[in-house]
Order: sequence, then structure tokens, then C-alpha cells
Amino acid sequence: MKVRNVFATRWGIIGVGVLIGILAALLQKLGNPGNMGICVACFERDIAGALGLHRAAVVQYIRPEIIGFVLGSLVAAYLFKEFRPRLGSAPIVRFVLGAFAMIGALVFLGCPWRAALRLAGGDGNAILGILGLIFGIWIGTLFLKKGYTLGRTQPARTAAGWVMPLMMVGLLALLIIFSQVEGQAKSGVLFYSLKGPGAMHAPLLISLVIGLAVGFLAQRSRFCTMGAARDFVLFRQAHLLSGVIAPIAAAFVTNLILGQFHPGFAGQPVAHTMHVWNFAGMGLAGLAFALAGGCPGRQLFLSGEGDGDAAVFVLGMIVGAGFAHNFGLASSPKGVGPYGITAVITGIVVCLLIGFTMRKRIA
Amino acid sequence: MSTQVDARGLSCPQPVLMTIDTIKGEKTGEVEILVDTETSKENVSRAAANQGWEVADVAEEGDEYRITIRRE
Repeated sequence: MKVRNVFATRWGIIGVGVLIGILAALLQKLGNPGNMGICVACFERDIAGALGLHRAAVVQYIRPEIIGFVLGSLVAAYLFKEFRPRLGSAPIVRFVLGAFAMIGALVFLGCPWRAALRLAGGDGNAILGILGLIFGIWIGTLFLKKGYTLGRTQPARTAAGWVMPLMMVGLLALLIIFSQVEGQAKSGVLFYSLKGPGAMHAPLLISLVIGLAVGFLAQRSRFCTMGAARDFVLFRQAHLLSGVIAPIAAAFVTNLILGQFHPGFAGQPVAHTMHVWNFAGMGLAGLAFALAGGCPGRQLFLSGEGDGDAAVFVLGMIVGAGFAHNFGLASSPKGVGPYGITAVITGIVVCLLIGFTMRKRIA
Repeated sequence: MSTQVDARGLSCPQPVLMTIDTIKGEKTGEVEILVDTETSKENVSRAAANQGWEVADVAEEGDEYRITIRRE
């Protein structure tokens, strides 16, 4: 047998969670937007913007943290002989789930990671988002108990497992070749934000290194913000949950030390106060994550270890971000977008249909 | 004869759900679970132990794992 994986123990995952919380809060200090040290949904949305898949001028930047997440996980998977190229478990369904997960997250303005960081920064609206997230995941567990499944994966060629990591290398190459020019909204093929959250970022190298470290550790510990709630609801198992409470506590303490803790509901950074839609947006995202088997971070880490289906979910999220901004579905600090409510309702209907129809044959 | 659960190609929580469903039906005896990722191996072993079953053996067979759990 191989050496025991210390990161997958209770204290291992708590340690990883604490480190994620501290690093996320530090990234805010170093330039990332408020309560957005790490936000998988927001950062993938920024990548979609940088590539011109949407043209919301304030959210365009190739976030090196996302690149680091996938490549850090790839390195860990290779080092510990866990790189397993696999695919074929209902990829088109995962793409749709990814797109609606993103739309739901952008109505709330953050993924589960950012919901945790918003809470740790004192943003009361995060409470509604987290409650919605748990509600959505709970609905997902009901489907799982009834035999919901997207089917089995098949082992694949090594090259198939490398597609997403290589796409990330490509994004990094673009970011270096067409690096940001002071005061310019475009550099080569890439779009850059001159103001707004997309213009706020930590130095490239620091973001990349922190992303790599988080990707590595999260692959080892199986850190998953959706699994945290799901496993507790399904099995009363608090293993992953302890890994998610840890970064909230760690980010909270770090925020206090750095003077980044500002409790309240109104005027929070990149947030709105429409409670019902904070709840419902995250409810949709939670349901989609539960049906796809992982939070947006976990989907990146799985992509890094060769899971082609998780990679399709990631692409679904990036495309979903394009729709979210092109169609006016995403919220802004002023409130939900003109078609945000319609999109959330549509997404919930689609996810419920997927939940009801994707079932094991009755044995 | 031990009961077998084939959870290869399935991602969590399904291997764990299948294992728990099976051991709830079996109460005692021996159950073999086949999985193909390290994560599933850890999760199934952890869940079985939580249910009071002993993880008797974890055999690595190529890219797969055969987990044997037992309860007297």
C-alpha cells in the first residue's frame, strides 16, 4: 500500500482549509477585489471576459489562480500516481449544469468559496446565499437518494486527461504574451478591465503561485464546498464540512488583523441586498453543483487529475458566464440583472428535469 | 460468499451510497467494493468504518481497488 494520505485526514483537511482562508484574505490585501480573494465563479467569468466571450468591461482578466488550481492539481495527481484520464459520464448534461451553476452564482455574485469569504468579511448577504446553497444541495441529495446518476465514466487516453491542463497553459501563455498595457483596454487578443473588479488583481506571479499551492493541497485533501454540505445531509459526515468551516474562521481572523472586516448588509463589495434572489441564485447553483458531483473548485481539481467530464462542467461555467453578461442575467451591486430572475427560474426547472430523468434503471 | 458492489466509474457520493445501502441490507458478513479512484477508496473506507464495519483489506489491482469490509 502507498503512504497514507495525511491531507485526507480530519486534521489534514482542516489544515488545508485554514491555509486557503488565510491565502484568500491575503490575496484581497494584495489587490484582488473585496471578499473575492478566491472566487471560482467570478474568476472564470473574468476569464470569459478577457477572451471576449462577454463584453462586460468591468470583469475582464485572465485570473492566474484558476490556471494554478488546475495545474497544481495536475502536479499532485502525477506525484501521487492519481492521474486517471477518464470521461464519458453524460458530458452534455454536465455542460448544461455548469452553465446554470454559473448563472445562479452570478445572480448571487459569487460561488460557494466567495460566499464563505463574504461571510468572513462581514457581508450579511452571504448568509442568504449560504442558506440557498444548502437548500439547493439538499434538493440534490433527495435526487441522489432516489438513484440519480450521470452514469459511469470510461478510462481514457492520457492525452484526453491533458486537454484541460493544456488549455490552462494556453491561457497562461496568452496572459504573458499579451500582457496588460497600462491604461489600455485591449492587449493583442485579450481584453482588460480599466476599472471595476476586473481591474483589481494581485500580482500575476503571486496569484499563480497561490493558485498552484491551493490546487495541489485541494487535490490531496479532496476539498469540496458542495460535498461539505452534501455529505453532512446524506451521511451526517462532517469530514468535508470541517474543511469548509476552517477557511471561514481563518479568513475571518486574517480579515480582522488586516482591517478587512466590515459587518453589514448594505454597501458590501461586489454584492447586492436582494435577499430572495441571493437565496434563489445560490439555490440554483447548489443544486447544479450537487447534480454534477462537485463545487466549482472541485471541478477544476478533478479536471487537473484527468477527469474530462469535470472539464466539460468547467467549460459550461465559462460559457454560462458569457450568457450571464450578454443576456443581462448577472447581478451588479445595484441588484439583479433585467433577466436574472427568469434565468434562475429556467435554471431550476432544467436542473429538476435533469434530476428526475437521469436515474438508474430500477434494479 | 461475499456480496460485491461494483462502483467503478462512478463518482462520489454514489460509491458510498451503494456501499451503505448494501451493508444496511446485509447487517453482517463480508462485502467487496470495487472502485477506481483513490478518492472513492478513501470515502468508502471512511463510510464503512463509520457504520461499524471493519476494513479488512484494500487490494490494488491495476487502476482499481478492491475493498473488503467485514462485520461479525
